[in-house]
Amino acid sequence: MLKKLIVFLLIGTLGYTLAVTFSSIPIGANRIGSLDNPETVAAYYLDKSPNDLKVANTITAVVVNFRGFDTLGEVSVLFLAATGLASILYRKEEEEEEEENKRHISHRLNLPSSSLVQTGAKILFPLILLLGIYVFIHGHLTPGGGFQGGAIIATGFLLMLVSYKGFKNNHKIMVWLESLAGLGFVGVGLYGLIRYGSFLQNTGWTGNLNDLVSGGLIPLIYIFVGIKVATELTNVLDILLNIKSRRK
Amino acid sequence: MALLIFLIAMAVILIAAAIFSIMQKDLLFAVLGTGVVSLILSVFFYILQAPDVAITEAAIGIALTTIIFIITIRNTTRDENKYNDDHINKFKNEKDA
Amino acid sequence: MMEFQALFEQYRDLITIAVYGTAIALIVIGLYAVLMKKHLVKIVIGLSIMDAGIHLLFVAIGYISGGTAPIFSPGNENAGARMVDPVPQALVLTAIVIGFAVTALALSLVIRLYKHHHTANIDQLNSLKW
Repeated sequence: MLKKLIVFLLIGTLGYTLAVTFSSIPIGANRIGSLDNPETVAAYYLDKSPNDLKVANTITAVVVNFRGFDTLGEVSVLFLAATGLASILYRKEEEEEEEENKRHISHRLNLPSSSLVQTGAKILFPLILLLGIYVFIHGHLTPGGGFQGGAIIATGFLLMLVSYKGFKNNHKIMVWLESLAGLGFVGVGLYGLIRYGSFLQNTGWTGNLNDLVSGGLIPLIYIFVGIKVATELTNVLDILLNIKSRRK
Repeated sequence: MALLIFLIAMAVILIAAAIFSIMQKDLLFAVLGTGVVSLILSVFFYILQAPDVAITEAAIGIALTTIIFIITIRNTTRDENKYNDDHINKFKNEKDA
Repeated sequence: MMEFQALFEQYRDLITIAVYGTAIALIVIGLYAVLMKKHLVKIVIGLSIMDAGIHLLFVAIGYISGGTAPIFSPGNENAGARMVDPVPQALVLTAIVIGFAVTALALSLVIRLYKHHHTANIDQLNSLKW
């Protein structure tokens, strides 16, 4: 009873504070300022992105170019999460069998899915992969990018993993792709460091706005990010889905 | 005007889905409630002129988060209030012995 | 979108309450679940709902009435003055992906705890060693 009282007091205080704070920030007010004389980073980004970098999607420019080092850290966090997941869920085979004997597991779970689902998955899988690759290749032109494309590809792999019991990712290829994508990202950063003097510095050549090959190194970095995110998320799903199936 | 009504209705459904997923005792339905929260949130992001965030929320919030919750429920319990009696008995037996 | 702008100017208070109120309500509901619920999966659900509320709050702060999405079209390089703030959107993009990683890690801990103790109820998880 006391706990309930304390909790309600706490969330009431939090909600009241947030409401008071945000009622003084009107929604929709222009806080960017003018582009000619930028006072905020937003105005600076909106000015530089189409004119200097020739990148149509400003969010891509912010994520990959202006805050590129941050994105490198984020991709590392994803990698660490996948590694941590694998090390937490790893168990020896004997432990598995011992547990298997103790617990009764319904057999319904391990029946293969129907042929309707399997055929649909087989037709949809290449299309989903194509959509994901399209999204991360055109990340600097249209909404989307490496994270979105990677997540879409991971959902495609998820569809196959769920509908086919025997579907196995080739772990070696996955690990190699992920490592190469990460190395490519760091390599592009080092190229900027050696050539221009700062990490992840973009090249001087940028092309024309709204061309597929434009924006210097931005499309290349987003392709690396897309491959890395796709393999990492697929690994996470693969590890999680294999907990039960290993118990026969 | 229709857009305003749409926005308010979306807000109401969003909060209702969140409360549903908190209060539901059957965890599978609760997880589907969070899926609905993500779905309507991505519509909100689209209305607020953030298509990039809407795509991310749609791909990650609806598909991937829901499926990892469902995998977890498959590996644990589906009923929220289920107490494991074996566990208590085990401790009782240890006390007796 | 012009229609929405006119509507926005007219009903600014109502839309402010609808968007900020929804975000704050999601945060409060999520915190309630984290503090009050006993089942570990429910606690992680609460965390993810809190996450969703914070994302909505961020994007709502960056919205500018009458602004378009920050994506340029050819021959329109100076349209940036009519666009919404791109910085919160980029931050939220990062936060959603990290939120997924955090949820996955938390759920793997839940699975491991359940396999060891055969319960996911925090009242029954009363031993220090596992």
